[in-house]
Formats: sequence, structure tokens, C-alpha cells
Amino acid sequence: MNPVIAEFWPYLMLVIVGYLPNEVWRVLGLVLARGLNEDSEIVMWSRAVATAILAGVIAKLILFSSGALDTIPIWVRVAATLCGFLGFLLIKRSALAGVVIGLSTLVLGGYLTTP
Amino acid sequence: MPVSATYDSSSAAFLGGVRRAVRSVFFPVMMGTYIGIGALAHDFGLTPWWLALSTIVVWAAPAQVILITAIGLGSSMIEAAIAVSLSAIRLFPMAVSLLPLLRGPGTRVRHLLLPAHFTSVSMWMESLRYLPGIAQERRIAFCNGLSVTFMSTAVTFGFIGFYLAAGLPTVFAAALLFLTPLSFLISTASNARMMMDRLALVLGLVLLPLLVYLDVGLDLMWTGIIGGTLAYAIHRLREATR
Repeated sequence: MNPVIAEFWPYLMLVIVGYLPNEVWRVLGLVLARGLNEDSEIVMWSRAVATAILAGVIAKLILFSSGALDTIPIWVRVAATLCGFLGFLLIKRSALAGVVIGLSTLVLGGYLTTP
Repeated sequence: MPVSATYDSSSAAFLGGVRRAVRSVFFPVMMGTYIGIGALAHDFGLTPWWLALSTIVVWAAPAQVILITAIGLGSSMIEAAIAVSLSAIRLFPMAVSLLPLLRGPGTRVRHLLLPAHFTSVSMWMESLRYLPGIAQERRIAFCNGLSVTFMSTAVTFGFIGFYLAAGLPTVFAAALLFLTPLSFLISTASNARMMMDRLALVLGLVLLPLLVYLDVGLDLMWTGIIGGTLAYAIHRLREATR
């Protein structure tokens, strides 16, 4: 590869592969939201769809992990999620408490199960 | 009930957003997540400046992870762009459900450009929670304060992660990656006061593995459309019969 292109290649990738395919959804949202009122039914439905997609992203990241998280057995990941969620429910519905408990469970489980 | 706050000026509302962000669970989560992404960028041979720029212009952790991995592994541009775009579909219904809350009678489209770009899970959740208690004309400033704080935290901790990368044990790297789904789950549950939100959450969690198992393509999009529509329909039926 030409050295000038090699230098700018990651930046070109950032715009073409990162920025544009990601930003298009925000722009589409902006266009569709133009005529909508905050109490409209489409806004309500979009909120339900966004929540369901987010739940899907959560399930995907926990069950079908990639990178370093993949080295932790799936049952440890699921158990850590359940512990975190229980911690959140039991400790005054504190999101921070839930996150800390879930994370500690994962680290502990990770150390106990990986050689 | 949503907490209500009164701000005398736009700058007071902006500062209110900053304070809200600092107290949000996403503040420490953002630090951890971007330490992880910084380490990833280091391992795949990118520069810390590239990472900072990508945090500002992409502003979506899952898309950044896909992008960094694709550049590092030399994947095809088309495939990587499709993967990024699929991961970003959530931003569309998020923007549609958020931006109408920011728009008042005097709001022009250009005022919404920045909040539209800032749309992300952290900002969306904190906004849906606090905007109803804030006067219409202060909401954009509040949202911008919230987002600028989250974004600067992410950029700063991306740098920190980049330079810490070498010393990070695998279990800790795994824990940083685990922060995103764990915090998303707990804050969605914490924000879900309406039955519809709870239903959408549970349906999404169940539908995704089912659709992956059935090997349906575009599993995230279908999870959103089927789960979201069902949750919305049940909510409407309950309202109608009440």
C-alpha cells in the first residue's frame, strides 16, 4: 500500500465503515421525528421497539460474547448477570450496587474457572 | 413520578445535565467500558488520537468495537460497514422516541442536530427519565450537558485504557466488556416503570436467543419489531379495556 494511503487508511475506515453506517440511523430518526408530537403513538411504539432491541443487544453480548469475555464460561456470565440483577432488586434498587455485584461475581467466577 | 427540576437559564440547565451525568450509573460504567475499548485499540495497532476521534464521531461503543476489530483483522470494508450498521439500528427508534420530547414551538431542526448525534443508550435512558420533569425550553441544554459529560469521560478513559493496555489481565479485560450488557440490563429495568417497557425488555431477552437458534437473519431487527410491537399492543389492549 502507498505509505500516504496507509497513514490515512484508519481514518478513511473510520468515516466510511464507522461514522456513515452508524450515523444514518440517527439522521433517519431526526427526519421521522420532525412531524411527531411527544404523546404520539409512533413515539410510544418506537420506545417499545428501542427497548426490545436493547434487550436483544444485552442478550447477544452476554450469550454470544466475543473477545476476552469469550474466555469466561457461559454459565459464569449468566450467573453473574443474575447476581447483579438480584443485587439491584435487593439493595434499594440501586443500579450501581447491581453493576458492582454482577462484575465482582464475573471476576470471581473467571478466576475460579480459568486455569 | 419523574423528579422535576426548574432551571432559570439554558446554562443552568446545561450544568444540571452535567450534574445528572456525574451521578448516573453510566458515569463509572463509561469509564470502565472505554478503558476496555482503549486497550482493544492499542492491541489492534491504532493510535489514541484515532480512538478519541472515533469516540466523538461514532459515539456508540458496540459499533466502535466492531470497527476496531475490523481494521485490526483487515476484514472487508463492506462486511464491516454492514455489521456496524446492523449494530446501530437501535439508534433509529431511540432518536424517534427522544427528539419529540426536545422539540418545542420555537425549536428549529438545527437545534436538534447535536442531540440527534448524541443519541446513545446512556443519554437516551437518562433523558427519558428526567426530561418529563424539565420545562420544554430547557430540555435541549440539559441533554447537551448530559451528553458532553458522558462523551468527555469516554474520550478521557479511552486514553487511559490505551496506555494501561499492556498490563491488563484477561479476566479484567473480560469484566470491562461485561460492563456494557450488565449496566444496560440493570438501567433498563430500573427505568422501566411502565408495564410496556418491562414487557419489551423481557420479550427482547427471550426473543433474541430464540431467533439466533432458529437462524433467522437480522435477528436484532426482528427482536425489536416483534418484541416491541407485542409489548406496545398489550399496553394498548390494557388501556382500552380499562
